[in-house]
Amino acid sequence: MQEKPQSAIIVEGLTKSFANVRAVDRLSFEVHTGEIFGLVGPDGAGKTTTLRMLAGIMPADEGTARVADVDVVHDPENAKRQLSYMPQRFGLYEDLTVNENIRFYADLFGVSRTEREDRSALLLQAAGMREFRLRLAGKLSGGMKQKLSLVCALIHRPKIILLDEPTTGVDPISRRDFWRILYELVSQGVTILASTAYLDEAERCHRVALLHQGRLFFCDTPKNLKARLGKSVLSITSSEPRRLRAELENVVGISSLVLTGDGLHVVVENGVSRIPEFEARLKGASIPFDTIQQVTPTIEDLFVHAVGSGAPSHA
Amino acid sequence: MSFTRFLAVARKEVVHIFRDSRGLIIVLIMPVVLVLLFGYGVNLDFKGLPVYVYDRDGSQQSQDLLKRFQASEYFDVVRVVNDYPALTRSLDDGHAKMGIVIPWDFSQRLGDRRPVQIQALVDGTDDNTANVLIGYAQAVVQGYSSDVQLEWLRNRGQLLRPALLSVETRTWYNEDLESSAFIVPGVLALVMSVIGAFLTSLTIAREWERGTMEQLISTPVTPLEIMLGKLAPYFAIGMFDVIVCALIAIYWFQVPFRGSFPTLLFTSAMFLVVVLSLGFYVSVIAKSQLTASQISLIITFLPAFLLSGFLFPIEQMPVVLQWITPLVPARYYVSILKKIFLKGTPTALLYPDLVPLALFALVVALLATASFHKRLG
Ligand SMILES: Nc1ncnc2c1ncn2[C@@H]1O[C@H](COP(=O)(O)OP(=O)(O)O)[C@@H](O)[C@H]1O
Ligand SMILES: [Mg+2]
Repeated sequence: MQEKPQSAIIVEGLTKSFANVRAVDRLSFEVHTGEIFGLVGPDGAGKTTTLRMLAGIMPADEGTARVADVDVVHDPENAKRQLSYMPQRFGLYEDLTVNENIRFYADLFGVSRTEREDRSALLLQAAGMREFRLRLAGKLSGGMKQKLSLVCALIHRPKIILLDEPTTGVDPISRRDFWRILYELVSQGVTILASTAYLDEAERCHRVALLHQGRLFFCDTPKNLKARLGKSVLSITSSEPRRLRAELENVVGISSLVLTGDGLHVVVENGVSRIPEFEARLKGASIPFDTIQQVTPTIEDLFVHAVGSGAPSHA
Repeated sequence: MSFTRFLAVARKEVVHIFRDSRGLIIVLIMPVVLVLLFGYGVNLDFKGLPVYVYDRDGSQQSQDLLKRFQASEYFDVVRVVNDYPALTRSLDDGHAKMGIVIPWDFSQRLGDRRPVQIQALVDGTDDNTANVLIGYAQAVVQGYSSDVQLEWLRNRGQLLRPALLSVETRTWYNEDLESSAFIVPGVLALVMSVIGAFLTSLTIAREWERGTMEQLISTPVTPLEIMLGKLAPYFAIGMFDVIVCALIAIYWFQVPFRGSFPTLLFTSAMFLVVVLSLGFYVSVIAKSQLTASQISLIITFLPAFLLSGFLFPIEQMPVVLQWITPLVPARYYVSILKKIFLKGTPTALLYPDLVPLALFALVVALLATASFHKRLG
């Protein structure tokens, strides 16, 4: 009996440059078998490029990547048998029906007919799209399309799944179905590496890596990352968050300010003790606000803070 | 190479073709339209051209000559006019392609055994037609002239002897000089070029354009499976269209078919391999459907149309173009087609065309195979 690899994905010093950008810059991280790992970062952070290299469809300039114990840089075709890749842009055939798309991908992975029928019935049921089997993929809603992509990606029982922003542009109900399926897979021992630009989604991952300009800033559990922040976060609700931000910008001790939907998050040392000071200051400037209270930091707070201080973790 | 994966790609391609009305039109209707278009439209034959006559003699002899014009299938004596201006007017307004003037002393001079000249006025706007007309008219007059001479000799009681020298023109392979017989077989090369290169040039480019390639290349499918799977349906369609076009040529346009049908299928298959591979190669290189289709038309359809000898004989092309033609695969196929249809050349004797065609098929197929990689640029 051979021991299962502890890490489903091992990335070391992975680098990729295009004409004038370093899309991925000496990236190193490990994804444990059976976890959901989130690759988090804003547009242009290098998430897609990283996933493409791991999927074996884009050659790396430097570095190594092992996926399911296969060196994907040197032997991409072997790695492809073990994994599934769902690109950011919808990659299925719009002039084929749901069933035809599933059959196509099942055939490419050598899934037998009975296996395909059993599995697609199960997956379509879980995705809530059984009644759409005969519909053209192009006639599905955005959420349905993404779920169909997932079904196609799962038809051959891959050990590792690479998902590039799978829930971007997906309605909340489909998004919920989507995550339910992912958790179900993980409980069966499947490893998932998903990129996301939604920071609330990052919280659903077991561990996340924060990516910015091709470099890795932090890699840990969402909880540990927040603890690592070492500062508190005050949430100020206000109808004029921009004025609020302008007012607090140069206050001593504040390390970053993050706009939220209904106000501002202030990352600051000894948060609670400074609440009265801020209240006085805002009243003095006659900026309207409702409440100031301490909250648990979000990934976004962490992110803005990390990027603002400009300290990548791999140094 | 997995047969299941090959079949999966091929089946998907068939669905693409049959769910796209443009694809269907090109596959099913375009070949028939092309054959009919060239069978009917490009008519290089001259038959029943309208002729006006000004007969100033009005004798038995001049009537004999005119009857010969009328008897020729090339001319149709539509009207006899009474003055010269009426004749020139008929040419001006295009009612006549040729006007014939028989001089007033026609029968008299013939009787005296003196030379006599017939005047033929020809509409020279289309110099090709004009030349052909003059040629036909000369032939008619020559025929009449020699008959008159024979008649005269016979009247003098001389022995009938065959002429010492005579030029007899006979056109082989296409005895009736039907231009459709020359052209229609070559249409197959055009049809193949459109099906082969144009349609296939879209297939890979379409996957790039619609963003489906990224997912496709993340699967274990091999480049060869993708290529063969994508080309197989077009190969089948191409062969189907060859048969349809050949049947239309033979049964509708009455083009003689003297060779062997298996040879036709075999050589068509070879030419298909050339154009399919070219189309695939272009599709891989171009990555956009518009560019791919334009390039493929320029490198296959245009040469097949202009440089293959399909419409314009290679020997009559400017020398520079003649030098280029050996690089045009359609040239060999058109030559083979004409030999199979019109001459019935045995397969073994087709090698001067078959060998270069096979070489092209091999080289282009290898080029196409090597061109596609499962990698993003
Ligand atoms: N094929 C490409 N050619 C040139 N530049 C690219 C290409 N793909 C990505 N980039 C650049 O690399 C950087 C990272 O892009 P990407 O990996 O798509 O980031 P993300 O997926 O996080 O938005 C960006 O600056 C982008 O413009
Ligand atoms: Mg991206």
